[in-house]
Amino acid sequence: MEAERPSIDVRPDRPWVTVVWNDPVNLMSYVTYVFQTVFGYSRQKAEKLMLDVHHKGRAVVSSGTREEMERDVQVMHSYGLWATLQHDS
Amino acid sequence: MSSGFRPGPGGGVIAAFDAAEVSILRSLVSQTLGLIEPGETGDDPLERALGIGPSEQSADPVLARLFPSAYEDSDSAAEFRRYTEATLREGKRADARVMLDSAVPGRSTLTPEQAQAWMRALNDVRLTLGTRLEVTEEIHDEIAGMPEDDPRYPVYVTYDWLTYLQDTLVRALW
Repeated sequence: MEAERPSIDVRPDRPWVTVVWNDPVNLMSYVTYVFQTVFGYSRQKAEKLMLDVHHKGRAVVSSGTREEMERDVQVMHSYGLWATLQHDS
Repeated sequence: MSSGFRPGPGGGVIAAFDAAEVSILRSLVSQTLGLIEPGETGDDPLERALGIGPSEQSADPVLARLFPSAYEDSDSAAEFRRYTEATLREGKRADARVMLDSAVPGRSTLTPEQAQAWMRALNDVRLTLGTRLEVTEEIHDEIAGMPEDDPRYPVYVTYDWLTYLQDTLVRALW
């Protein structure tokens, strides 16, 4: 699987993940800023996730219950980021 | 040409725009607002009253980009969209209106809340323009190599300017 996984806490009780996909419009600075402010991540962690999106085409940015991930995806969409959620099977 | 945003008092930002720049910004935001409105809802009056929206992703690539599917599975995507798109549309409309109300010629100071709305609204405008122009990640280099008499040149330069503005806004808020 993807190398970004170990940086995200995916436990059996947090079986859903939010995935952010790369796109040619969103700025690297903006995406990093959004990850920091929405998820409360450190600048370093937010930048790593942004670079994963940029270079690998996608990154798992959060994990939790389905309801939590639906909320995260909605927030990502409100910022114009292209996000989906999926069951981490 | 505006030098973009810089940090302002109380966590807000400061910028200065001339009348022509304000006119461009207002026109682009109005166009995006026009696309987001009227906010399609179901035909059923009860669904409209409850804010239940469409279940299908728009055939317009811009609207599909502004309101993407949350699930790869189409049934889950449709269900999610029905209950969330109306709220998402309202948020984007509100951001665009804040930008329209506060985009004025001269020096302006934006509160942190206004600055956040500008950041999202500017991004929606860039998503709208970028999707219509089918930009790639090489857009900046493409513009640099484009002859000035190319018919696409003015709109590409505008796009590049919006990119610059948004980047300065993000950095001013950081």
